[in-house]
Amino acid sequence: MRKEFAGRVWRLGDDIDTDIIIPTQYLALETVEDMKKYVFNPLRPDLAELIRPGDIIVAGKNFGCGSSREQAAEILAALKLSCIIAKSYARIFYRNAFNNGLLLLENNELYDLCQEGDDLSVNLENRQVLLGERSFSVASVPDDLWQMLEAGGLVPLMRKRNAQ
Amino acid sequence: MGMTLGEKILARASGKIMVKPGEIITAKVDLCMTNDATTHLSIDIFEQKLKAEKVFDPQKVVLIIDHNVPAESAQTAEVHKKMRQFSQKHHLPFYEGAGICHQIMVEDFIVPGQLIVAADSHTCAYGGLGALGTGVGCTDFTSVLSTGELWLMVPETLKFDLEGNFKSGIYARDLILKIIGDIGANGANYKIMEFGGSAVKKLTLDDRIVLCNMAVEAGAKSGLIEPDEQVVDYVQAAGRQVRDLFKSDEDAVYEMIYRYTLDELEPMVAQPHFVDNVVPISKIGEVTIDQGFIGSCNNGRIEELRVAAQILKGQKIDPLVKLLISPASKRVFRQALDEGLIDIFVAGGAMVLNPNCSVCWGGCQGVIGEGETLISTGTRNFKGRAGHADSRVYLASAATVAASALTGKITDPRRFVR
Repeated sequence: MRKEFAGRVWRLGDDIDTDIIIPTQYLALETVEDMKKYVFNPLRPDLAELIRPGDIIVAGKNFGCGSSREQAAEILAALKLSCIIAKSYARIFYRNAFNNGLLLLENNELYDLCQEGDDLSVNLENRQVLLGERSFSVASVPDDLWQMLEAGGLVPLMRKRNAQ
Repeated sequence: MGMTLGEKILARASGKIMVKPGEIITAKVDLCMTNDATTHLSIDIFEQKLKAEKVFDPQKVVLIIDHNVPAESAQTAEVHKKMRQFSQKHHLPFYEGAGICHQIMVEDFIVPGQLIVAADSHTCAYGGLGALGTGVGCTDFTSVLSTGELWLMVPETLKFDLEGNFKSGIYARDLILKIIGDIGANGANYKIMEFGGSAVKKLTLDDRIVLCNMAVEAGAKSGLIEPDEQVVDYVQAAGRQVRDLFKSDEDAVYEMIYRYTLDELEPMVAQPHFVDNVVPISKIGEVTIDQGFIGSCNNGRIEELRVAAQILKGQKIDPLVKLLISPASKRVFRQALDEGLIDIFVAGGAMVLNPNCSVCWGGCQGVIGEGETLISTGTRNFKGRAGHADSRVYLASAATVAASALTGKITDPRRFVR
Protein backbone atom coordinates (compact mmCIF):
# COMPACT_ATOMS: atom_id res chain seq x y z
CA MET A 1 0.00 0.00 0.00
CA ARG A 2 1.67 3.18 -1.18
CA LYS A 3 1.44 6.49 0.62
CA GLU A 4 2.00 8.48 -2.58
CA PHE A 5 0.10 7.87 -5.75
CA ALA A 6 -1.65 9.54 -8.67
CA GLY A 7 -4.91 8.70 -10.38
CA ARG A 8 -7.51 9.75 -12.89
CA VAL A 9 -10.85 11.11 -11.62
CA TRP A 10 -14.31 9.65 -12.12
CA ARG A 11 -16.72 12.20 -10.69
CA LEU A 12 -20.01 11.02 -9.18
CA GLY A 13 -22.68 12.95 -7.23
CA ASP A 14 -24.11 13.16 -3.73
CA ASP A 15 -25.80 10.19 -2.02
CA ILE A 16 -24.34 7.48 -4.26
CA ASP A 17 -26.19 4.56 -2.67
CA THR A 18 -25.23 0.92 -2.52
CA ASP A 19 -28.11 -0.03 -4.87
CA ILE A 20 -26.41 2.21 -7.46
CA ILE A 21 -23.01 0.65 -6.77
CA ILE A 22 -24.46 -2.84 -7.23
CA PRO A 23 -28.19 -3.35 -7.90
CA THR A 24 -30.06 -6.06 -5.99
CA GLN A 25 -30.59 -8.34 -8.98
CA TYR A 26 -26.83 -8.94 -9.36
CA LEU A 27 -26.06 -9.72 -5.70
CA ALA A 28 -26.47 -13.46 -6.06
CA LEU A 29 -23.91 -13.68 -8.89
CA GLU A 30 -21.24 -16.07 -7.88
CA THR A 31 -18.10 -13.96 -7.96
CA VAL A 32 -17.05 -10.37 -7.57
CA GLU A 33 -15.67 -10.56 -11.10
CA ASP A 34 -19.22 -11.29 -12.35
CA MET A 35 -20.67 -8.47 -10.28
CA LYS A 36 -18.02 -5.94 -11.38
CA LYS A 37 -19.66 -5.72 -14.81
CA TYR A 38 -22.70 -4.06 -13.22
CA VAL A 39 -20.97 -1.52 -11.00
CA PHE A 40 -22.88 1.81 -10.98
CA ASN A 41 -25.24 0.26 -13.53
CA PRO A 42 -28.42 2.31 -12.83
CA LEU A 43 -26.47 5.58 -12.96
CA ARG A 44 -23.49 5.09 -15.28
CA PRO A 45 -23.50 1.68 -16.99
CA ASP A 46 -20.45 2.81 -19.02
CA LEU A 47 -18.19 2.98 -15.96
CA ALA A 48 -17.74 -0.78 -15.56
CA GLU A 49 -15.82 -0.83 -18.85
CA LEU A 50 -13.97 2.43 -18.31
CA ILE A 51 -12.60 2.26 -14.75
CA ARG A 52 -8.96 1.17 -14.62
CA PRO A 53 -6.81 0.13 -11.67
CA GLY A 54 -5.39 3.21 -9.96
CA ASP A 55 -8.34 5.47 -10.84
CA ILE A 56 -9.90 7.65 -8.16
CA ILE A 57 -13.62 8.20 -7.59
CA VAL A 58 -14.47 11.68 -6.36
CA ALA A 59 -17.96 12.14 -4.99
CA GLY A 60 -20.17 14.43 -2.95
CA LYS A 61 -21.75 13.79 0.44
CA ASN A 62 -23.00 10.50 1.90
CA PHE A 63 -21.23 8.10 -0.48
CA GLY A 64 -22.30 4.49 0.08
CA CYS A 65 -25.59 5.23 1.81
CA GLY A 66 -28.32 2.63 2.01
CA SER A 67 -28.04 -1.11 2.28
CA SER A 68 -25.26 -2.85 4.23
CA ARG A 69 -24.51 -5.10 1.23
CA GLU A 70 -20.78 -5.61 1.43
CA GLN A 71 -20.64 -6.50 -2.24
CA ALA A 72 -20.61 -2.73 -2.88
CA ALA A 73 -17.31 -2.21 -1.08
CA GLU A 74 -15.94 -5.53 -2.29
CA ILE A 75 -16.53 -4.62 -5.94
CA LEU A 76 -14.98 -1.17 -5.58
CA ALA A 77 -11.96 -2.77 -3.90
CA ALA A 78 -11.76 -5.35 -6.69
CA LEU A 79 -11.66 -2.54 -9.27
CA LYS A 80 -8.34 -1.63 -7.61
CA LEU A 81 -9.20 2.05 -7.26
CA SER A 82 -6.38 3.97 -5.55
CA CYS A 83 -8.97 5.50 -3.27
CA ILE A 84 -12.30 7.27 -3.09
CA ILE A 85 -12.40 10.93 -2.07
CA ALA A 86 -15.86 12.11 -1.01
CA LYS A 87 -17.32 14.88 1.10
CA SER A 88 -18.63 12.24 3.51
CA TYR A 89 -19.53 8.54 3.72
CA ALA A 90 -22.37 6.51 5.15
CA ARG A 91 -21.12 4.65 8.21
CA ILE A 92 -21.74 1.01 7.23
CA PHE A 93 -20.04 1.54 3.87
CA TYR A 94 -17.13 3.26 5.60
CA ARG A 95 -16.45 0.18 7.72
CA ASN A 96 -17.01 -2.18 4.81
CA ALA A 97 -14.53 -0.31 2.61
CA PHE A 98 -11.64 -0.45 5.09
CA ASN A 99 -12.57 -4.05 5.94
CA ASN A 100 -12.02 -4.81 2.24
CA GLY A 101 -8.76 -2.88 2.00
CA LEU A 102 -10.23 0.11 0.17
CA LEU A 103 -8.92 3.54 1.18
CA LEU A 104 -11.49 6.29 1.76
CA LEU A 105 -10.48 9.93 2.14
CA GLU A 106 -12.65 12.91 2.97
CA ASN A 107 -12.46 16.40 1.56
CA ASN A 108 -15.19 18.98 1.32
CA GLU A 109 -13.93 21.20 -1.53
CA LEU A 110 -12.29 18.93 -4.08
CA TYR A 111 -15.57 17.58 -5.46
CA ASP A 112 -16.84 21.01 -6.42
CA LEU A 113 -13.60 22.02 -8.12
CA CYS A 114 -12.50 18.91 -10.00
CA GLN A 115 -13.76 17.49 -13.27
CA GLU A 116 -14.00 14.02 -14.66
CA GLY A 117 -10.70 13.01 -16.27
CA ASP A 118 -8.58 15.30 -14.05
CA ASP A 119 -5.38 13.84 -12.66
CA LEU A 120 -4.91 13.90 -8.90
CA SER A 121 -1.77 13.29 -6.87
CA VAL A 122 -2.28 12.03 -3.36
CA ASN A 123 0.36 12.21 -0.66
CA LEU A 124 -0.78 10.58 2.57
CA GLU A 125 2.45 11.50 4.43
CA ASN A 126 1.71 15.19 4.20
CA ARG A 127 -2.07 14.55 3.95
CA GLN A 128 -2.50 16.42 0.68
CA VAL A 129 -4.30 15.91 -2.58
CA LEU A 130 -3.01 17.94 -5.52
CA LEU A 131 -5.15 19.01 -8.47
CA GLY A 132 -2.77 20.94 -10.72
CA GLU A 133 -1.51 23.77 -8.55
CA ARG A 134 -4.30 23.48 -6.01
CA SER A 135 -3.87 21.56 -2.82
CA PHE A 136 -6.61 19.96 -0.72
CA SER A 137 -6.10 18.53 2.74
CA VAL A 138 -7.28 15.14 3.94
CA ALA A 139 -7.19 13.68 7.46
CA SER A 140 -4.48 11.20 8.36
CA VAL A 141 -5.45 7.54 8.25
CA PRO A 142 -5.42 6.12 11.82
CA ASP A 143 -2.73 3.46 12.39
CA ASP A 144 -5.22 0.67 13.02
CA LEU A 145 -6.99 1.31 9.75
CA TRP A 146 -3.68 1.64 7.90
CA GLN A 147 -2.61 -1.78 9.19
CA MET A 148 -5.89 -3.16 7.90
CA LEU A 149 -5.33 -1.58 4.47
CA GLU A 150 -1.79 -2.95 4.33
CA ALA A 151 -3.01 -6.42 5.16
CA GLY A 152 -5.67 -6.13 2.46
CA GLY A 153 -8.62 -5.92 4.82
CA LEU A 154 -9.93 -7.15 8.16
CA VAL A 155 -9.99 -10.86 7.33
CA PRO A 156 -6.37 -11.06 6.13
CA LEU A 157 -5.41 -9.01 9.20
CA MET A 158 -7.22 -11.42 11.53
CA ARG A 159 -5.53 -14.38 9.82
CA LYS A 160 -2.16 -12.72 10.19
CA ARG A 161 -2.82 -12.07 13.88
CA ASN A 162 -4.16 -15.59 14.45
CA ALA A 163 -0.99 -17.01 12.88
CA GLN A 164 1.27 -14.98 15.16
CA MET B 1 -22.33 14.60 33.09
CA GLY B 2 -25.10 12.10 32.45
CA MET B 3 -25.40 9.52 29.72
CA THR B 4 -27.96 8.91 27.02
CA LEU B 5 -29.79 5.61 26.64
CA GLY B 6 -27.45 4.63 23.80
CA GLU B 7 -24.33 5.48 25.80
CA LYS B 8 -25.59 3.37 28.71
CA ILE B 9 -26.13 0.34 26.48
CA LEU B 10 -22.67 0.74 24.94
CA ALA B 11 -21.07 1.21 28.37
CA ARG B 12 -22.72 -1.96 29.63
CA ALA B 13 -21.72 -3.91 26.51
CA SER B 14 -18.09 -2.81 26.80
CA GLY B 15 -17.86 -3.41 30.56
CA LYS B 16 -17.40 0.26 31.39
CA ILE B 17 -19.08 2.52 33.91
CA MET B 18 -19.16 5.40 31.48
CA VAL B 19 -18.55 6.10 27.80
CA LYS B 20 -18.41 9.37 25.87
CA PRO B 21 -19.06 10.20 22.22
CA GLY B 22 -15.94 9.73 20.09
CA GLU B 23 -14.54 7.00 22.34
CA ILE B 24 -13.72 3.73 20.60
CA ILE B 25 -14.88 0.67 22.50
CA THR B 26 -14.80 -3.07 22.02
CA ALA B 27 -18.30 -4.28 22.76
CA LYS B 28 -19.62 -7.76 23.43
CA VAL B 29 -22.77 -8.30 21.40
CA ASP B 30 -25.85 -9.90 22.92
CA LEU B 31 -27.17 -11.20 19.61
CA CYS B 32 -26.15 -11.27 15.98
CA MET B 33 -28.30 -12.01 12.96
CA THR B 34 -27.76 -12.48 9.25
CA ASN B 35 -30.08 -13.05 6.29
CA ASP B 36 -29.93 -14.44 2.77
CA ALA B 37 -28.80 -11.17 1.18
CA THR B 38 -25.19 -11.76 2.26
CA THR B 39 -24.88 -14.80 4.56
CA HIS B 40 -23.33 -16.92 1.80
CA LEU B 41 -20.46 -14.44 1.68
CA SER B 42 -20.08 -14.51 5.46
CA ILE B 43 -20.01 -18.31 5.49
CA ASP B 44 -17.27 -18.28 2.82
CA ILE B 45 -15.21 -15.83 4.86
CA PHE B 46 -15.80 -17.79 8.06
CA GLU B 47 -14.97 -21.21 6.67
CA GLN B 48 -12.50 -20.59 3.88
CA LYS B 49 -10.64 -17.43 4.78
CA LEU B 50 -10.74 -17.38 8.58
CA LYS B 51 -10.76 -21.19 8.78
CA ALA B 52 -12.89 -20.76 11.88
CA GLU B 53 -14.59 -23.81 13.32
CA LYS B 54 -16.98 -22.54 15.95
CA VAL B 55 -19.32 -19.62 16.24
CA PHE B 56 -18.80 -17.62 19.45
CA ASP B 57 -22.13 -18.72 20.98
CA PRO B 58 -24.73 -20.75 19.07
CA GLN B 59 -27.52 -19.31 21.27
CA LYS B 60 -26.70 -15.81 20.09
CA VAL B 61 -26.50 -16.28 16.33
CA VAL B 62 -29.71 -16.19 14.27
CA LEU B 63 -29.96 -17.07 10.56
CA ILE B 64 -33.05 -15.90 8.68
CA ILE B 65 -34.04 -16.45 5.07
CA ASP B 66 -36.29 -13.53 4.20
CA HIS B 67 -34.96 -11.56 1.24
CA ASN B 68 -35.56 -13.91 -1.68
CA VAL B 69 -38.03 -16.40 -0.33
CA PRO B 70 -39.23 -18.63 -1.84
CA ALA B 71 -36.12 -18.80 -4.01
CA GLU B 72 -36.59 -17.25 -7.44
CA SER B 73 -33.51 -18.84 -9.03
CA ALA B 74 -31.20 -21.81 -8.73
CA GLN B 75 -28.46 -19.44 -7.53
CA THR B 76 -30.61 -18.23 -4.66
CA ALA B 77 -31.60 -21.80 -3.80
CA GLU B 78 -27.87 -22.54 -3.40
CA VAL B 79 -27.52 -19.58 -1.03
CA HIS B 80 -30.44 -20.89 1.03
CA LYS B 81 -29.01 -24.42 1.08
CA LYS B 82 -25.72 -23.08 2.36
CA MET B 83 -27.48 -21.23 5.19
CA ARG B 84 -29.57 -24.27 6.10
CA GLN B 85 -26.47 -26.47 6.26
CA PHE B 86 -24.49 -23.93 8.26
CA SER B 87 -27.28 -23.51 10.81
CA GLN B 88 -27.59 -27.30 11.20
CA LYS B 89 -23.85 -27.76 11.56
CA HIS B 90 -23.56 -25.09 14.26
CA HIS B 91 -27.00 -25.68 15.88
CA LEU B 92 -28.22 -22.13 15.27
CA PRO B 93 -31.76 -20.74 15.42
CA PHE B 94 -32.89 -20.76 11.79
CA TYR B 95 -35.97 -19.37 10.02
CA GLU B 96 -37.04 -19.77 6.43
CA GLY B 97 -40.05 -17.93 5.07
CA ALA B 98 -41.34 -17.12 8.56
CA GLY B 99 -41.10 -13.39 8.02
CA ILE B 100 -38.80 -10.43 7.63
CA CYS B 101 -35.70 -10.81 9.77
CA HIS B 102 -36.29 -7.71 11.91
CA GLN B 103 -39.89 -8.64 12.65
CA ILE B 104 -38.81 -12.15 13.71
CA MET B 105 -36.09 -10.70 15.92
CA VAL B 106 -38.66 -8.43 17.60
CA GLU B 107 -41.13 -11.30 18.04
CA ASP B 108 -38.67 -13.93 19.28
CA PHE B 109 -35.42 -12.41 20.58
CA ILE B 110 -35.15 -8.73 21.41
CA VAL B 111 -35.22 -7.42 24.99
CA PRO B 112 -34.48 -3.85 26.11
CA GLY B 113 -30.85 -2.92 26.74
CA GLN B 114 -29.32 -5.45 24.35
CA LEU B 115 -26.67 -4.66 21.76
CA ILE B 116 -27.48 -6.42 18.50
CA VAL B 117 -25.31 -6.50 15.40
CA ALA B 118 -26.74 -7.78 12.15
CA ALA B 119 -25.69 -7.89 8.53
CA ASP B 120 -28.59 -5.68 7.51
CA SER B 121 -28.88 -1.92 7.57
CA HIS B 122 -32.36 -1.81 9.14
CA THR B 123 -31.18 -3.49 12.34
CA CYS B 124 -31.77 -0.12 14.00
CA ALA B 125 -35.47 -1.17 14.23
CA TYR B 126 -34.89 -2.78 17.65
CA GLY B 127 -34.62 0.68 19.19
CA GLY B 128 -38.41 0.54 19.34
CA LEU B 129 -37.92 -1.87 22.25
CA GLY B 130 -35.06 0.10 23.80
CA ALA B 131 -32.37 -2.19 22.37
CA LEU B 132 -29.45 -0.89 20.33
CA GLY B 133 -29.30 -2.58 16.93
CA THR B 134 -26.83 -1.60 14.25
CA GLY B 135 -26.12 -2.87 10.77
CA VAL B 136 -22.73 -4.05 9.52
CA GLY B 137 -21.31 -5.63 6.39
CA CYS B 138 -20.47 -9.30 6.20
CA THR B 139 -16.79 -8.93 7.12
CA ASP B 140 -17.65 -7.20 10.38
CA PHE B 141 -20.43 -9.72 10.84
CA THR B 142 -18.05 -12.62 10.38
CA SER B 143 -15.62 -11.21 12.90
CA VAL B 144 -18.54 -10.97 15.36
CA LEU B 145 -19.56 -14.51 14.46
CA SER B 146 -16.17 -15.83 15.52
CA THR B 147 -15.34 -13.51 18.43
CA GLY B 148 -18.68 -12.14 19.72
CA GLU B 149 -17.11 -8.69 19.75
CA LEU B 150 -17.02 -5.61 17.58
CA TRP B 151 -15.21 -2.29 17.83
CA LEU B 152 -17.55 0.68 17.74
CA MET B 153 -17.18 4.40 18.08
CA VAL B 154 -19.56 5.81 20.67
CA PRO B 155 -21.78 8.09 18.60
CA GLU B 156 -23.23 11.49 19.37
CA THR B 157 -26.98 11.41 20.00
CA LEU B 158 -29.62 13.58 18.37
CA LYS B 159 -32.83 13.95 20.34
CA PHE B 160 -36.22 14.22 18.69
CA ASP B 161 -38.80 15.55 21.13
CA LEU B 162 -42.27 14.61 19.99
CA GLU B 163 -45.35 16.36 21.33
CA GLY B 164 -49.06 16.23 20.54
CA ASN B 165 -51.13 13.63 18.73
CA PHE B 166 -51.40 12.29 15.20
CA LYS B 167 -54.48 13.57 13.46
CA SER B 168 -56.70 11.11 11.63
CA GLY B 169 -54.98 9.75 8.50
CA ILE B 170 -51.46 10.61 9.74
CA TYR B 171 -49.10 7.94 11.03
CA ALA B 172 -45.61 7.33 12.43
CA ARG B 173 -44.56 6.64 8.86
CA ASP B 174 -45.42 10.23 7.89
CA LEU B 175 -43.49 11.55 10.87
CA ILE B 176 -40.28 9.67 10.09
CA LEU B 177 -40.45 10.67 6.41
CA LYS B 178 -40.91 14.29 7.54
CA ILE B 179 -37.91 14.04 9.88
CA ILE B 180 -35.67 12.47 7.21
CA GLY B 181 -36.78 15.12 4.74
CA ASP B 182 -35.85 17.82 7.24
CA ILE B 183 -32.45 16.56 8.38
CA GLY B 184 -31.43 14.86 5.11
CA ALA B 185 -30.17 11.41 4.13
CA ASN B 186 -26.96 11.99 6.10
CA GLY B 187 -28.45 14.29 8.73
CA ALA B 188 -27.74 11.74 11.46
CA ASN B 189 -24.63 10.15 9.91
CA TYR B 190 -22.74 8.02 12.50
CA LYS B 191 -25.19 9.20 15.19
CA ILE B 192 -28.01 7.80 17.29
CA MET B 193 -31.49 9.23 16.79
CA GLU B 194 -33.31 9.11 20.12
CA PHE B 195 -37.05 9.74 20.01
CA GLY B 196 -38.56 11.12 23.20
CA GLY B 197 -41.09 13.62 24.49
CA SER B 198 -44.62 13.25 25.78
CA ALA B 199 -46.00 11.85 22.51
CA VAL B 200 -43.70 8.81 22.53
CA LYS B 201 -45.52 7.22 25.48
CA LYS B 202 -48.69 7.24 23.40
CA LEU B 203 -47.07 5.59 20.41
CA THR B 204 -47.72 1.89 19.95
CA LEU B 205 -44.84 -0.55 19.76
CA ASP B 206 -45.38 -0.86 15.99
CA ASP B 207 -45.15 2.94 15.65
CA ARG B 208 -41.92 3.02 17.63
CA ILE B 209 -40.38 0.38 15.40
CA VAL B 210 -41.44 2.40 12.33
CA LEU B 211 -39.51 5.43 13.64
CA CYS B 212 -36.35 3.56 14.68
CA ASN B 213 -36.23 1.29 11.63
CA MET B 214 -35.87 4.25 9.24
CA ALA B 215 -33.08 5.93 11.27
CA VAL B 216 -30.50 4.45 8.90
CA GLU B 217 -32.13 6.37 6.04
CA ALA B 218 -30.84 9.52 7.75
CA GLY B 219 -27.44 7.79 8.07
CA ALA B 220 -27.84 6.91 11.77
CA LYS B 221 -25.98 4.16 13.58
CA SER B 222 -29.22 3.42 15.38
CA GLY B 223 -32.59 4.74 16.50
CA LEU B 224 -33.69 4.43 20.12
CA ILE B 225 -36.70 4.96 22.36
CA GLU B 226 -36.69 4.52 26.14
CA PRO B 227 -38.44 1.28 27.00
CA ASP B 228 -41.60 1.65 29.10
CA GLU B 229 -44.31 -0.61 30.49
CA GLN B 230 -45.71 -1.29 27.07
CA VAL B 231 -42.37 -2.77 26.01
CA VAL B 232 -41.99 -4.72 29.24
CA ASP B 233 -45.49 -6.19 28.83
CA TYR B 234 -44.77 -7.20 25.24
CA VAL B 235 -41.43 -8.82 26.03
CA GLN B 236 -42.79 -10.68 29.07
CA ALA B 237 -45.87 -11.86 27.19
CA ALA B 238 -43.47 -13.34 24.63
CA GLY B 239 -41.85 -15.28 27.50
CA ARG B 240 -38.63 -13.32 27.78
CA GLN B 241 -37.02 -11.84 30.89
CA VAL B 242 -36.53 -8.11 31.05
CA ARG B 243 -33.05 -7.17 32.20
CA ASP B 244 -31.79 -3.62 31.68
CA LEU B 245 -34.36 -0.84 31.46
CA PHE B 246 -31.96 1.98 30.75
CA LYS B 247 -33.19 5.55 30.48
CA SER B 248 -31.35 8.69 29.41
CA ASP B 249 -30.18 10.79 32.36
CA GLU B 250 -31.74 14.21 32.96
CA ASP B 251 -28.35 15.79 32.28
CA ALA B 252 -27.46 13.59 29.28
CA VAL B 253 -25.76 15.53 26.50
CA TYR B 254 -27.35 15.67 23.06
CA GLU B 255 -25.62 17.10 20.03
CA MET B 256 -28.91 18.63 18.94
CA ILE B 257 -32.53 18.63 20.03
CA TYR B 258 -35.30 18.80 17.44
CA ARG B 259 -38.97 19.36 18.30
CA TYR B 260 -41.95 18.06 16.39
CA THR B 261 -45.63 18.63 17.06
CA LEU B 262 -47.54 15.67 15.66
CA ASP B 263 -50.77 17.63 15.16
CA GLU B 264 -49.03 19.77 12.54
CA LEU B 265 -48.17 16.89 10.21
CA GLU B 266 -49.85 16.01 6.96
CA PRO B 267 -49.35 12.84 4.92
CA MET B 268 -45.80 12.86 3.56
CA VAL B 269 -44.34 11.34 0.38
CA ALA B 270 -40.68 10.70 -0.50
CA GLN B 271 -40.24 11.26 -4.22
CA PRO B 272 -37.74 9.48 -6.49
CA HIS B 273 -34.86 8.78 -6.07
CA PHE B 274 -33.95 9.73 -2.49
CA VAL B 275 -35.56 9.01 0.86
CA ASP B 276 -34.98 12.63 1.89
CA ASN B 277 -36.74 14.05 -1.18
CA VAL B 278 -39.87 14.47 0.91
CA VAL B 279 -42.91 16.67 0.28
CA PRO B 280 -46.34 16.95 1.92
CA ILE B 281 -48.97 15.19 -0.17
CA SER B 282 -50.63 18.51 -1.00
CA LYS B 283 -47.52 19.41 -3.03
CA ILE B 284 -47.22 16.15 -4.95
CA GLY B 285 -49.37 17.10 -7.97
CA GLU B 286 -50.82 14.51 -10.33
CA VAL B 287 -48.78 11.28 -10.19
CA THR B 288 -50.24 8.20 -11.89
CA ILE B 289 -49.13 4.88 -10.40
CA ASP B 290 -48.74 1.38 -11.84
CA GLN B 291 -48.26 -0.50 -8.59
CA GLY B 292 -48.69 -0.17 -4.85
CA PHE B 293 -46.88 -2.13 -2.16
CA ILE B 294 -47.72 -2.53 1.52
CA GLY B 295 -45.16 -4.45 3.53
CA SER B 296 -41.45 -4.38 4.54
CA CYS B 297 -39.66 -4.26 7.89
CA ASN B 298 -40.82 -0.68 8.16
CA ASN B 299 -44.51 -0.91 7.50
CA GLY B 300 -45.87 -4.45 7.19
CA ARG B 301 -47.12 -5.02 10.73
CA ILE B 302 -50.70 -5.57 11.88
CA GLU B 303 -51.45 -1.91 12.55
CA GLU B 304 -50.50 -0.87 9.03
CA LEU B 305 -52.53 -3.75 7.59
CA ARG B 306 -55.54 -2.62 9.62
CA VAL B 307 -55.17 0.91 8.31
CA ALA B 308 -55.00 -0.38 4.72
CA ALA B 309 -58.01 -2.66 5.28
CA GLN B 310 -60.05 0.18 6.68
CA ILE B 311 -59.54 2.11 3.45
CA LEU B 312 -59.94 -0.86 1.10
CA LYS B 313 -62.99 -2.38 2.80
CA GLY B 314 -65.82 -2.81 0.31
CA GLN B 315 -63.81 -1.04 -2.42
CA LYS B 316 -62.04 -2.20 -5.58
CA ILE B 317 -58.61 -1.00 -6.58
CA ASP B 318 -58.13 0.77 -9.91
CA PRO B 319 -58.15 -1.92 -12.64
CA LEU B 320 -54.87 -0.62 -14.09
CA VAL B 321 -53.07 -0.81 -10.74
CA LYS B 322 -51.51 -3.81 -9.04
CA LEU B 323 -51.57 -3.74 -5.25
CA LEU B 324 -49.18 -6.15 -3.52
CA ILE B 325 -49.42 -6.79 0.21
CA SER B 326 -46.89 -8.81 2.18
CA PRO B 327 -47.41 -9.12 5.96
CA ALA B 328 -44.14 -8.75 7.88
CA SER B 329 -44.26 -12.22 9.44
CA LYS B 330 -46.34 -15.37 9.62
CA ARG B 331 -47.69 -14.23 12.98
CA VAL B 332 -48.79 -10.96 11.44
CA PHE B 333 -50.26 -12.89 8.50
CA ARG B 334 -52.29 -15.15 10.81
CA GLN B 335 -53.53 -12.24 12.84
CA ALA B 336 -54.58 -10.48 9.63
CA LEU B 337 -56.43 -13.66 8.63
CA ASP B 338 -58.15 -13.88 12.01
CA GLU B 339 -59.23 -10.26 11.82
CA GLY B 340 -60.61 -10.67 8.29
CA LEU B 341 -58.11 -8.23 6.78
CA ILE B 342 -56.86 -10.67 4.16
CA ASP B 343 -60.46 -11.18 2.93
CA ILE B 344 -60.80 -7.44 2.45
CA PHE B 345 -57.52 -7.27 0.51
CA VAL B 346 -58.39 -10.16 -1.77
CA ALA B 347 -61.94 -8.89 -2.36
CA GLY B 348 -60.53 -5.48 -3.20
CA GLY B 349 -58.27 -6.91 -5.88
CA ALA B 350 -54.94 -6.99 -4.06
CA MET B 351 -52.36 -9.75 -4.40
CA VAL B 352 -51.42 -11.06 -0.96
CA LEU B 353 -47.86 -12.40 -0.83
CA ASN B 354 -45.99 -14.56 1.63
CA PRO B 355 -44.06 -12.70 4.36
CA ASN B 356 -40.69 -11.57 2.95
CA CYS B 357 -38.76 -8.46 1.97
CA SER B 358 -40.64 -8.57 -1.33
CA VAL B 359 -41.03 -5.41 -3.40
CA CYS B 360 -39.01 -3.27 -0.97
CA TRP B 361 -35.86 -5.16 -1.88
CA GLY B 362 -36.61 -5.50 -5.57
CA GLY B 363 -35.08 -8.96 -5.74
CA CYS B 364 -37.72 -11.58 -6.12
CA GLN B 365 -41.27 -10.24 -6.29
CA GLY B 366 -43.24 -7.44 -7.85
CA VAL B 367 -40.38 -5.93 -9.81
CA ILE B 368 -41.45 -2.95 -11.94
CA GLY B 369 -40.50 -2.23 -15.54
CA GLU B 370 -39.11 0.67 -17.54
CA GLY B 371 -40.99 3.91 -16.95
CA GLU B 372 -43.29 2.38 -14.31
CA THR B 373 -44.22 4.02 -11.01
CA LEU B 374 -44.55 2.33 -7.64
CA ILE B 375 -45.88 3.76 -4.41
CA SER B 376 -44.55 1.77 -1.50
CA THR B 377 -44.37 1.47 2.26
CA GLY B 378 -40.84 0.11 1.78
CA THR B 379 -37.68 1.59 3.16
CA ARG B 380 -35.98 3.00 0.07
CA ASN B 381 -36.68 4.62 -3.26
CA PHE B 382 -33.21 4.65 -4.78
CA LYS B 383 -32.95 4.64 -8.57
CA GLY B 384 -33.67 1.13 -9.80
CA ARG B 385 -34.44 -0.15 -6.29
CA ALA B 386 -37.65 -1.87 -7.37
CA GLY B 387 -36.62 -3.05 -10.81
CA HIS B 388 -35.72 -1.20 -14.00
CA ALA B 389 -33.16 1.59 -13.65
CA ASP B 390 -35.66 3.93 -15.30
CA SER B 391 -38.58 3.32 -12.96
CA ARG B 392 -39.82 5.47 -10.10
CA VAL B 393 -40.53 4.68 -6.45
CA TYR B 394 -42.50 6.93 -4.09
CA LEU B 395 -42.56 6.16 -0.36
CA ALA B 396 -45.61 6.84 1.80
CA SER B 397 -47.79 5.42 4.59
CA ALA B 398 -49.94 2.30 4.21
CA ALA B 399 -52.98 4.59 4.18
CA THR B 400 -51.60 6.66 1.32
CA VAL B 401 -50.64 3.54 -0.65
CA ALA B 402 -54.11 2.02 -0.16
CA ALA B 403 -55.88 5.27 -1.14
CA SER B 404 -53.63 5.62 -4.19
CA ALA B 405 -54.37 2.04 -5.28
CA LEU B 406 -58.09 2.90 -5.30
CA THR B 407 -57.73 6.00 -7.47
CA GLY B 408 -54.72 5.05 -9.62
CA LYS B 409 -52.79 8.14 -8.63
CA ILE B 410 -51.07 9.38 -5.48
CA THR B 411 -53.95 10.32 -3.22
CA ASP B 412 -54.40 11.92 0.20
CA PRO B 413 -55.74 9.11 2.42
CA ARG B 414 -57.76 11.51 4.54
CA ARG B 415 -60.41 11.34 1.81
CA PHE B 416 -60.99 7.72 2.78
CA VAL B 417 -60.13 7.45 6.47
CA ARG B 418 -63.26 7.17 8.55
